[in-house]
Amino acid sequence: MDRLSEVFGALADPTRRAILARLAEGEATVNQIAEPFPISLQAVSKHLKVLEKAGLITRGKEAQWRPCRLDAAPLREVANWVTTYQRFWEERYDELGAYLKQIQKEN
Amino acid sequence: MPNNLTVTTPSDLEVKMVRVFDAPKALVFAAHAEPEHVKHWWGRGNPLDVEMDFRVGGNWRFVEHAPDGDWAFRGEYRDIQAPDRIVQTFEFEGMPGHICEETLELTEEGGKTTVTSVTRFDTKEERDGMIASGMSEGAGQSYDALADYLAKLS
Repeated sequence: MDRLSEVFGALADPTRRAILARLAEGEATVNQIAEPFPISLQAVSKHLKVLEKAGLITRGKEAQWRPCRLDAAPLREVANWVTTYQRFWEERYDELGAYLKQIQKEN
Repeated sequence: MPNNLTVTTPSDLEVKMVRVFDAPKALVFAAHAEPEHVKHWWGRGNPLDVEMDFRVGGNWRFVEHAPDGDWAFRGEYRDIQAPDRIVQTFEFEGMPGHICEETLELTEEGGKTTVTSVTRFDTKEERDGMIASGMSEGAGQSYDALADYLAKLS
């Protein structure tokens, strides 16, 4: 799977989006992250693994205290792609509007 | 009637774009169907290479020569009902394998033509990625948090 697909897949889950929103406020341990969710620590760990694999978070080295940190770069990549897509269509349709106007004037 | 592009999400796997053009339907259809027309607008003002075999089962490939590089797109025409409807696949060669299907529908009222384009994604993950990034106003509540968050990042 390419990197963008991994990021899309990671973002498709509401729990993982909530985890990212939590980490946007600052680094946190697995226990701190798990606190607001009605799911097991194992389930949270699974979500963290998906986020880590997608490059959306990094984790500290210490064995006991392994705080998770947000890595914004892949998110920017996705946001850039979407912005580009939308901008392309806006520009394309603006151009079509102008072109239609022009050829109607000529005829 | 919207003059600018409006974007909504009618179903789980679809993104809909609507735009009104001040021209009759036959002309708007021709602007999509004939390479001589397409090359004048699809490239957003940039030079555009157009290869298109406009019939059901025919392929198209456009290469846009933009200042920031060449952008290549391709697809296949799946259904054509002149001058009302075109169904085609769409793939950005920079993201190969991410193929979506676009349905263009044209309706005319009072000399103006509404082009409704529905892009259908293969998987929910691909669409969610787009929606989560705040592309659409109609996105569900679950995406609001992330959209806010993305806005903070940029």
